[in-house]
Amino acid sequence: MKKTVFLGALTVAGMAAGASAAATLDDVKARGKLNCGVTTGLVGFAAPDANGKWEGFDVDFCRAVAAAVLGDANAVEFVPTTGKTRFTALASGEVDMLARNTTWTLSRDVDLKFDFVGVNYYDGQGFLVSKEMGVSSAKDLDGATVCIQTGTTTELNLADFFRANNISYEPVPIETNAEGQQQYLAGACDTYTTDASGLAATRATFENPQDHVVLPEIISKEPLGPLVRHGDNEWADIVRWTLNALISAEELGITSTNIGELSAAPGDNPEINRLLGTEGNLGEMLGLDADWAKRAIMAGGNYGEVFAKNIGESTPIALARGLNAQWKDGGLIYSPPFR
Amino acid sequence: MSDLSYVRAEMLPERAPPASQVGFVGWARQNLFNGVGNSILTVLSLIFIWYVVSFLLSWAFSPTWNSASLSECREIFGAESGHHAACWGVINDRWQQLLFGFYPNGSEEGTSDLRWRPILAFLLLFVAVTPVLFNMISRRMNWVLLCAVLGLTSLYLGGALGIVVGLALIAAGAAIGYKALTADKTARAAEIEAGAKRLPNPLIFSAIYPFIAPWLLWGGSLWLPIGAALGFVIGYFVFRFLAPIAGSLVGMIVAVLVALVWWLLLTVGFADLMQSIIPIGLEPVESRDFGGFMLSITIGVVAIACSLPIGIVLALGRQSDLLIVKALCVGFIEFIRGVPLITLLFVASTLLNIFMPPGTNFDIILRVLIMVTLFAAAYMAEVIRGGLAALPRGQYEAADALGLDYWKAQRLIIMPQALKISIPGIVSTFIGVFKDTVLVSIIGLLDPLGLSNAIRADQAWNGVVWELYGFIALLFFIFCFSMSRYSMYLERRLRTDHR
Repeated sequence: MKKTVFLGALTVAGMAAGASAAATLDDVKARGKLNCGVTTGLVGFAAPDANGKWEGFDVDFCRAVAAAVLGDANAVEFVPTTGKTRFTALASGEVDMLARNTTWTLSRDVDLKFDFVGVNYYDGQGFLVSKEMGVSSAKDLDGATVCIQTGTTTELNLADFFRANNISYEPVPIETNAEGQQQYLAGACDTYTTDASGLAATRATFENPQDHVVLPEIISKEPLGPLVRHGDNEWADIVRWTLNALISAEELGITSTNIGELSAAPGDNPEINRLLGTEGNLGEMLGLDADWAKRAIMAGGNYGEVFAKNIGESTPIALARGLNAQWKDGGLIYSPPFR
Repeated sequence: MSDLSYVRAEMLPERAPPASQVGFVGWARQNLFNGVGNSILTVLSLIFIWYVVSFLLSWAFSPTWNSASLSECREIFGAESGHHAACWGVINDRWQQLLFGFYPNGSEEGTSDLRWRPILAFLLLFVAVTPVLFNMISRRMNWVLLCAVLGLTSLYLGGALGIVVGLALIAAGAAIGYKALTADKTARAAEIEAGAKRLPNPLIFSAIYPFIAPWLLWGGSLWLPIGAALGFVIGYFVFRFLAPIAGSLVGMIVAVLVALVWWLLLTVGFADLMQSIIPIGLEPVESRDFGGFMLSITIGVVAIACSLPIGIVLALGRQSDLLIVKALCVGFIEFIRGVPLITLLFVASTLLNIFMPPGTNFDIILRVLIMVTLFAAAYMAEVIRGGLAALPRGQYEAADALGLDYWKAQRLIIMPQALKISIPGIVSTFIGVFKDTVLVSIIGLLDPLGLSNAIRADQAWNGVVWELYGFIALLFFIFCFSMSRYSMYLERRLRTDHR
């Protein structure tokens, strides 16, 4: 009996919390700041600089949303979340959106009641080995010791991969990426496995990066994207179309340098005009003004510029666009039309 | 026969002991090389120490203080291949962040550097705890200290007003200090005997400090801490008024209830009203901007300061004859001690968030403070219960025989002895709590350890490990070691037995 009452109270509390999620846009506007959940620190994706200003690939997306909604790319309160606290922070309304390299999976989308608004980075799990080992494929890793972060999907993917190929491995459990780097360099494991972007960032910090190589096999799909709560579709639309605006901008050749010129007056390309608000009323449909996409793009540049600035080939991480190239260039990055 | 004699008529002059028995050589012979086995052990130990120290020193002394990234460090000591040395540039770049977290530092447009506020709060902490912790410093020197801290702060803040006030404070401090240093103790005692006015007790400032410190750290209206302090005043007067009429127990209960009503329902309104009449305040700073050692120290100091009184009450409650009080205390202590601190922190960070009515903004640091304090209090209660249990039965009976009531007996006879016995345990708990504050990094607060991860996420410093952890460990060591030394000082000071 008591248990029932308790569960009932839980349900009521949960419903009340759900109901509060209804008008995120109004909350954000009233607050004047966007609460954006990011990681506590991941190279290239989110990190504070010496002055405490956050920078990175995910951070720039938060800024783009803030620019679109509030007109100020700096009107963001970055809330550092860990892998354990991120989902409750979003569900409880502590943050308005998460941009925290979170893999889009069915259970997170459906069971945890979130909406993934799209994919801003296609990642996958890879292996880092030293060249001395003379291994050219992950299938040659029979009997290898593998450094692996415990309690992550990477651990499960690893087990699946080795079982499917009928080879054996010995796991060396580690807690953080920093620990993984140290263990790998100290020779505690033959290979270190995590998301390929993380491996590239790790390799870039080595004293002699050329002695190490990321194996060609990518053993899992890790589509990373921003997410919001279920149940507030207006807000989800805004976040989704901000991401699409950045992607379309790259496709249409709108950059942070030429956007002033392109948005000054309607040009020849109707899609650019619709996107930048010189034609049509797309902004109004979203509940924003006509300049929303222009501000989002000006915050950090289009998708390609954000990529190049934070994790692209000119940075120490030096990630190739690969799957994250525009669909025209053979990648998966694709935005529905602005119409 | 000549005057040959076999007995000396006069004393020989004393001669210095042989060189091998005194000084360093003698000491070394006696303690290090006394026997073959010990000599071998000594030599082996020296070789080991030399090995460790030479490695550490050659690692620590590296000319990398000004480097801007790990790769730049590697270039600096790249000439000697295979040479591993520290890359101190990361500390040079980030020490302020490790100390203050994201506290406004004036780097963003339209903000000013507010870091003087935590520094002032920290310095005032020492002024406030000195009269509580030490009796070696005189009343006047304490006021000198306060004047100096406040004076230097207003000089730093600058402006015509700041400089005038600062100079006045420092002059006042110097005047008091000069008088205190020149007058000797007996003369001063005679003066006081003759009715000379003494300076007010510095404990007054210690009592005000708990209201000043949060105001300095979080900013906002000055009327809020004043309102909070008024709650105590109101409660006190209610007690004074009711106690003679309705008895002390009823008076106490009503006083607490009235104070709670004031705090929960009226304080905010009062602060808003006064703020609209006379606006005084500091620029507010959000809890989210707290980080680094500032966060650790805030949590540590609050937990330490609050857990001791709560712990005492719990320990007494556990020994009480009142059934309900006893059951509540035992239940609380055993429940809190039965769950890990991390669990409590997760409750604070996630569960409370979901259960609270939507829209309530219950500050995350406040939640963590409450949880850490409760955790520390449960442990404190058991430490103090140990002290209570160690007191001989006769002490309790003697207190009863003197006709003291329960609270007087506790205050005058039981607690002074029980607390003295438990000092080592209490201080151990304090040190443990202070170190436990790093667990908040698990719930996403950026304490020093959390920040070390965030700093490594900067492309320039990815891969730096030992330097950051070394720096953090050093600062923690300073705090914990000071606490441990203080506990030893206190034990010596309070040693009243004749061992």
